[in-house]
Amino acid sequence: MENYIIEMLHITKEFPGIIANDDITLQLKKGEIHALLGENGAGKSTLMSVLFGLYQAEKGEIRKNGQVVKINNPNDANSLGIGMVHQHFKLVEIFTVLENIILGVEPNKLGFLQKKEAREKVMALSKKYGLQVDPDALIEKISVGMQQRVEILKMLYRDNDILIFDEPTAVLTPQEIDELMEIMRGFAREGKSILFITHKLNEIMSVADRCTVLRKGKCIGTVEIKNTSKEELSHMMVGRQISFTVDKEEAQPKDVVLSVKNVSVPSRTSKKHAVKGVSFEVRAGEIVCLAGIEGNGQTELISAITGLEKMSSGEIHLQGRDITKASIRKRSKAGISHIPEDRHKYGLVLDYTLEDNIVLQRYWQPEFQKHGFIKKAEVRSYAQRLIGQYDVRSGQGPITITRSMSGGNQQKAIIARELDKKHELLIAVQPTRGLDVGAIEFIHKQLVHNRDEGKGVLLVSLELDEVMNVSDRILVMYEGEIVGELDPKKVTVEKLGLYMSGAKRNIGKEKEHAE
Amino acid sequence: MQNKLFSPSRLRTLTGSKGFSTFTAALLAIVLGLIFGFLVMVIALPANAGQGFSRVLFGGFSRLGDVFYFATPILMTGLSVGFAFKMGLFNIGASGQYTMGMFFAMYVGFMWKVPDGLHWVICVLAGLIGGMLWGCIPGILKALCNVNEVITSIMFNYIGMYLVDMLVQNNGTMYVAMKTRTAYLPASAQMPSLGVENSNVNVSIFIAIIIAVLLYVTLNKTTFGYELKATGFNKFASKYAGMNDKRNTILTMVIAGGLSGLGGAFYILAPSTIAGSSMTYEPISVIAANGFTGIAVALLGASNPIGIIFSSIFISHIQRGGTLASLLGYKPEIIDIVIAVIIYFSAFSLIMNAAFTRFIKKIRRKGAKA
Ligand SMILES: Nc1ncnc2c1ncn2[C@@H]1O[C@H](COP(=O)(O)OP(=O)(O)OP(=O)(O)O)[C@@H](O)[C@H]1O
Ligand SMILES: [Mg+2]
Repeated sequence: MENYIIEMLHITKEFPGIIANDDITLQLKKGEIHALLGENGAGKSTLMSVLFGLYQAEKGEIRKNGQVVKINNPNDANSLGIGMVHQHFKLVEIFTVLENIILGVEPNKLGFLQKKEAREKVMALSKKYGLQVDPDALIEKISVGMQQRVEILKMLYRDNDILIFDEPTAVLTPQEIDELMEIMRGFAREGKSILFITHKLNEIMSVADRCTVLRKGKCIGTVEIKNTSKEELSHMMVGRQISFTVDKEEAQPKDVVLSVKNVSVPSRTSKKHAVKGVSFEVRAGEIVCLAGIEGNGQTELISAITGLEKMSSGEIHLQGRDITKASIRKRSKAGISHIPEDRHKYGLVLDYTLEDNIVLQRYWQPEFQKHGFIKKAEVRSYAQRLIGQYDVRSGQGPITITRSMSGGNQQKAIIARELDKKHELLIAVQPTRGLDVGAIEFIHKQLVHNRDEGKGVLLVSLELDEVMNVSDRILVMYEGEIVGELDPKKVTVEKLGLYMSGAKRNIGKEKEHAE
Repeated sequence: MQNKLFSPSRLRTLTGSKGFSTFTAALLAIVLGLIFGFLVMVIALPANAGQGFSRVLFGGFSRLGDVFYFATPILMTGLSVGFAFKMGLFNIGASGQYTMGMFFAMYVGFMWKVPDGLHWVICVLAGLIGGMLWGCIPGILKALCNVNEVITSIMFNYIGMYLVDMLVQNNGTMYVAMKTRTAYLPASAQMPSLGVENSNVNVSIFIAIIIAVLLYVTLNKTTFGYELKATGFNKFASKYAGMNDKRNTILTMVIAGGLSGLGGAFYILAPSTIAGSSMTYEPISVIAANGFTGIAVALLGASNPIGIIFSSIFISHIQRGGTLASLLGYKPEIIDIVIAVIIYFSAFSLIMNAAFTRFIKKIRRKGAKA
């Protein structure tokens, strides 16, 4: 008989219209890294939220070291040593890093906050585990990578030894992912037990000891990583074979769809320019990928093209028409579809229903309104069609409140909306972030299909596999400039890395930019 | 020990609907407010507390006409605040817009010669325009210069009030200096009465209810309502979707202002029960209370136009009852406190909403185990 530190036995959790967890059993050994794998909406976050006390299961029990425990809220979880890093972080934006870490467990003497003590403890933890943070920076000012380190420190500060990571790597750069993997291994060596949700099979293969697979709320089984393969895992997860490479013909680029000339964009955080005189073109029938390490101006450049942000100089043309000063709506009408980087901030009105979000870019079109009145029936049937076509899963279909949907399915809803909208240029920023392997395969096919239909596709991705597999042409951005144009068929991942880190460049060398 | 009402399955369906829990929260807010109100009355004048409190509660029923009459202006200001709130704007300037609307309506009432059946209609429209004008300016400042609408609309409460007082006092036709109030409006400018004895209740209550229904339709069925709520929920997403934030901000404030303006017009244009007289306005440098009551009405009605119809009638009912209770020796201030307590609790209705749902869930879990 094995010794388990945590056992979740026969857990059942229902939501309106859906059984999110159906009789799931998961056993966590002390000191192991246990991966949790499953399609979007399979119930992974829900199961972890049950363990963390955010939801109460209708059936089943939780045991710690063999003893049945009741976890009614996150405080209970905390006192059992369970901590969680959520899929969408739960930090107070206007507080500092330190304040966020000690929030709720502030050390005090007679009611007076002992910040110094707290700071020492945090800094010691930060040093011990290599979790670099600036304790006095405001959350809203720091990168997502650092925000995540704050979340991890929060757990450590509370002396948790059962750590739940809900898709921690979805928002990280490849370098940060490597660091996180190392940190997790360190935790395990120390005897902490880790539950780790991810859609990236490589990560599971590299750090996990065991993996439990969920499908549509049911538990498919638990396997030892050393006895399995990526193929077997993905087969368990979706019930069919997944192809990890993208089949596509040679691109047939035609007319220029998007032309960006000398565009500069001011930075939000400093006096410098985030984008410095960038020029490039995207043609119909090709997928151009903007690669680069996060924070090298890709976000700002895309904001300038889509109109979310003003640029300080330069010109943008869409199919020969000058759209430099056009409003966002005009650009959208002119044929730009945009899958935004931050799905919660820009992509969705989370308090709206799924169907209302599906028509977010189109509610004003005659198809969906007459004399200013929204045609509910048309909206409903249109939403139903896209939900079916793109396999967007949710509890109640079109009338599901978007906030309650799983992260991956929220993303699929955005993709469905933007792909189905009439467009000439598709701008896709990290379109597959948070999607399961099956969905990624599907989206990649859609991108290629878009290209073959003669649309221009501008893809921004941090994922090197995606960059190499999907694109026809790679533009590398470094410190606000395009430093390289590469052919994915000829370049190696290592070489691409050199360009991304600024060690190499093959264009724009002679240019000097006044700051 | 299971009883039917609290059986688990029944509670599940009840708490499942959002409308229900908002409604229970409002009810709970009211009950708690009433208890506190009662305590205040006990402390103030123990002997009459029971009788006084029952007047607060039920007195309104003997004056139904008045309940509806006084509900009308706060229904309008409540709609004004609630509507702007749907877009994430806090229209604390309802008072100024209300006063402006009242002035415009009075001005047309005194100064313009219009055929009989039409006069009051034109007065009402003038009130609408006055309110719109006063809502428009903070809207424009917000949209074009990003000045917080709370600050500008508070300032516009004062500007509006002093401006109106000045304009009234300087107008010989409108002002009776001896009595420090306006003169009586001509009968043609007064709204048709509903003929309830001893009550000023008039057609405006129906107009107000129709407007509430129209707003409900606008919010829930039109592209404008769709944009407005989207902006209120997530202004970044609405920008991303190409909605015209600036235009919508101005439009929302214009509409909100117009609603308050109508409230002012409805108040001043009410028919008098005594022939030859009318409602009057005293230019004594006081900001119209009905504007602020509108905030409470909107809160209690959860910013839903239909909810606001009921919350305005409820608050008016309590206010009427309070007036009757003051005949028992309670100072008007005490009554104000009782009303304020009820209103204050309504502000907490959201928090209580969450607590209440948790409470029900707890019972449900216990029930499920038993
Ligand atoms: N609070 C909620 N209310 C209603 N339904 C919910 C709620 N939370 C989750 N669901 C539903 O339960 C199902 C499982 O969601 P969950 O978030 O656990 O998926 P997941 O496996 O984490 O997926 P992803 O990989 O996309 O994050 C989904 O269909 C979702 O719509
Ligand atoms: Mg999830």
